[in-house]
Amino acid sequence: MSAQPVAPLRRSRPRPAWHVASVVETRPETPTAARLILDVPTWPGSDAGSHVDLRLTAPDGYQASRSYSIASSTPAGRVVLAIDELPDGEVSPFLVRELRPGDKLELHGPLGAFFVWRPGESRRPVQLIGGGSGVVPLYAMAAAHGAGDDPSPFRLLYSVRTPADVFFADELAALAGQAFGLDLVYTREAPDGWPDAAGRLTRETLAARTIPAEQRPSVYVCGSTGFVEAVASWLQDLGHSATDIHTERYGGL
Amino acid sequence: MTHHLDGNVLAGALSEVFTTDVTAARARCGGCGRMSPIAEAMVYTDAPGLVARCAGCDQVLATVVDAGDRLILSLAGLSAIELRR
Amino acid sequence: MSFATRGFSGRRRAPDDRLPPGQTLVQDWPVLSAGPTPHVDTADWEFTIRDETGDDHRWTWDELLALGAEDVTLDIHCVTHWSKLDMPWRGVSLDKLFENVESEHEFVMAHSYGGYTTNLPLEDLLDGKAWIATEAEGEPLDPEHGGPARLLVPHLYFWKSAKWIRGLTMMPSNDPGFWEQYGYHIYGDPWKEERYW
Repeated sequence: MSAQPVAPLRRSRPRPAWHVASVVETRPETPTAARLILDVPTWPGSDAGSHVDLRLTAPDGYQASRSYSIASSTPAGRVVLAIDELPDGEVSPFLVRELRPGDKLELHGPLGAFFVWRPGESRRPVQLIGGGSGVVPLYAMAAAHGAGDDPSPFRLLYSVRTPADVFFADELAALAGQAFGLDLVYTREAPDGWPDAAGRLTRETLAARTIPAEQRPSVYVCGSTGFVEAVASWLQDLGHSATDIHTERYGGL
Repeated sequence: MTHHLDGNVLAGALSEVFTTDVTAARARCGGCGRMSPIAEAMVYTDAPGLVARCAGCDQVLATVVDAGDRLILSLAGLSAIELRR
Repeated sequence: MSFATRGFSGRRRAPDDRLPPGQTLVQDWPVLSAGPTPHVDTADWEFTIRDETGDDHRWTWDELLALGAEDVTLDIHCVTHWSKLDMPWRGVSLDKLFENVESEHEFVMAHSYGGYTTNLPLEDLLDGKAWIATEAEGEPLDPEHGGPARLLVPHLYFWKSAKWIRGLTMMPSNDPGFWEQYGYHIYGDPWKEERYW
């Protein structure tokens, strides 16, 4: 047996740790969601697509913790979240309605090595497919792509109820262009003059508005469990290999 | 309306146990033999602990119980897990 | 390093001598599940008590109800820190089901449709302490709450009240069920806060 050293296969990721975050700003993202901009001095930065476990503690010691995708990947020291309020939730209504600048939270992260995109690792095209607030980690990937010089073509198919429900609407519109294709599908109400009638995402629309399987894109799908499972199964029908499809389901109250 | 998430949500709890993130690691189901990343398991979070089940056969692959000062982890449903160096 | 986040209280917790330690009063009824929800039609439902002789005692849905259901009002305590008080239930007392069962064994494994299990001492199921429940809050049990029928053992943490109950097997020793294997207490008395191993 030769004793050759094993070459490190990946760049190292920061170890997840607990961090104290202070709210810098909270602002409405959609009628039901808020964007939280957090100052986290010890935050090392994160791969686009990763998430945090956010923990709240009540004065009597009661704790509640939930996972949220990070809408940013850089810079270190700063974390942006976009949180949709779930009716009857215990944590999200507090975060969306009650949180104010200066409030402090605990974050555990960065978390997740599966649903992440890292610039420069592959030349394959990237297809992002998001439903509702599932676009948050995909936006982080698109922003990281837009900020760097990674040449892979990017495309996002975003299924959303109405124009008012679009997360990061201005930022996504600003990214759209030669290197980043943006396709919106409105499920309840489309803007005036929109060419397609509002309606649920179908397999036909998915086939027409995404990078075809022959180009072997890396595909990232994030949304509700039902959305992700429908889309992942259509993608396989359309010829994408299961190993090329990365999925993340959101939920939790 | 019982719904599940997926293995991505295990990253925080498992980071207390493993030195690297294992949600991207492939593992084999001890029930049906399916090999897939931990992140693709079905994870039930509205339960007394996290319950990860095989996406192919529903067998329980792993459970995580947060007992306050302790974490109780079972990987009994996995026959093997591939950890990258 | 934990600190309180301003304004966060979570679910309301009011001290109440009817609440076991560490419990929070809820008005809704949270749904917990460790796997897919089985949907079992009452026409196909069957309940079995298996003893060491190998003789199975079986009841169909109609045979269960023919034993006579009773209305009870009681408190339930979930190990995930919520309790519900004064909850109306309807079910068949396990005393009626065990009437003709002869067994030397002192422990029981409850088995559910869907594969869930939980272990209990037999004495905790008898003398008016446990039921096969078919209704709660005046309605037939929804599948998400364990319908068509669940075990109801309100003096223990609610994971012992197995949803989608399909049978009980007598055991000579107190072998652990699903959560008892994965970290939860072998008995689960909420007043002694027997949550974990």
